[in-house]
Amino acid sequence: QLFKGLSNSPFSTEEEKTDFESITTYNNFYEFGTSKTDPALNATAFPDKFESWKVVIDGECEKPGTYDYDELIKPFSLEERIYRMRCVEGWSMVIPWIGFPLADLLKKAQPNANAKFVEFTTLYDPEQMPGQRRAVLDWPYVEGLRIDEAMNPLTLLSVGLYGKELLGQNGAPIRLVVPWKYGFKSIKSIVRIRFVEKMPQTAWMKANAREYGFYSNVNPNVDHPRWSQAKERRIGEFLKRKTLMFNGYGEQVADLYAGMDLKRYF
Amino acid sequence: MSAKNKASMVKAGVFFICLVPLIYLIWGLFTENLGANPVETLTRSSGLWALRFLLITLLVSPIRWYTGLTAVVKYRRMLGLYAFFYAFVHMLLYLGLDQLFNIHDIWKDIIKRPFITVGFISFILLLPLVVTSTNKMIKRLGGKRWKRLHRLTYLVASLSCLHFLMLVKADIREPVIYILLLLALFFVRFLHSFNKKKLVTR
Repeated sequence: QLFKGLSNSPFSTEEEKTDFESITTYNNFYEFGTSKTDPALNATAFPDKFESWKVVIDGECEKPGTYDYDELIKPFSLEERIYRMRCVEGWSMVIPWIGFPLADLLKKAQPNANAKFVEFTTLYDPEQMPGQRRAVLDWPYVEGLRIDEAMNPLTLLSVGLYGKELLGQNGAPIRLVVPWKYGFKSIKSIVRIRFVEKMPQTAWMKANAREYGFYSNVNPNVDHPRWSQAKERRIGEFLKRKTLMFNGYGEQVADLYAGMDLKRYF
Repeated sequence: MSAKNKASMVKAGVFFICLVPLIYLIWGLFTENLGANPVETLTRSSGLWALRFLLITLLVSPIRWYTGLTAVVKYRRMLGLYAFFYAFVHMLLYLGLDQLFNIHDIWKDIIKRPFITVGFISFILLLPLVVTSTNKMIKRLGGKRWKRLHRLTYLVASLSCLHFLMLVKADIREPVIYILLLLALFFVRFLHSFNKKKLVTR
């Protein structure tokens, strides 16, 4: 399926887009293997075309429900958003996503007053996801956002890129995109969205809480023990460039963290 | 062909084979076959080849002990220098393409990030081994002292393995393979010295 005649978003960057080849062959998606080239090789038949993809929306909300993929995206108008993507490992891309704001979906479910956080879960299916046969992470992959982060207009649910449906390696059929946070926060192949009162334990926090915090905002001033976060290598370039605070999205999101010690809440 | 000519032909052959990984990488760079992040591929591969050559160098003596092929010792220096050569390329890529040769940034990085600290120490420890690799230096130090100094290779290899292990995010299979290989080399060496002692005391 091709997406045509999409409106462009004022949030889109003018920067040069990373080529399709790189975006679809250089991926961190441990469900399909831990090397960057594994996902493109192991996700060619993902997700199974003969089974309908279902997403559960539940937890602290008035209108929980289970939707299949078409039902889920039908009510929303898709748009193109060209976002910078900064990986925690010190590289970055510019990706033309297709999707709709997560807030639109969340509002429909009518979260109640207890909904302080949103928890996302990736499919668990070692048959389709060979990487899950080894306990590299505590499967299934879980991520989370504070409710105000989830409601921010920048936060996107994506179903495609470069005008085409998402490929398995990029998190088909539906994934999150949170452009001011390190890439691992943008959870792929989502099957569950849950409103919760307590801060969710994410897969990477469970694996190494000292290195991966809940917030994981792109921040050149807070170093990761393995990777200095001051600089990044844009895929397609040889030399490193300076990393921007909140990946350059401070204007839209800095208010969310006013008064917070970002060294402590990394 | 005289025996001497043949020996130097073999040596030239080994020299060339050791260059193949570098040629392969340069070829890949110019034909755009190093993936989406060629700098990462170059850095990673050169580091891996440095570690591989370290282990190959450490394999020379055990091969001599257990197969009686004494000729292999003639290539040990070259193999060791190749380990340094690939480590040097690895270091140069980091200093140049990651840090743009900014001394201040480099120093901060070495102090701050443990896996860089370990890698850096490992590289520095290779330097005295390179400097004392000539025949002249062996003579000057005397065989025994030279040998003791060059046991540093084991420390360098251990630190290199640690450097590799520390940089991996979650899947530690690959560095663990190298650690097991190194432990096997330690074990073989231990067995050998144990047997030698037994012979002496008997």
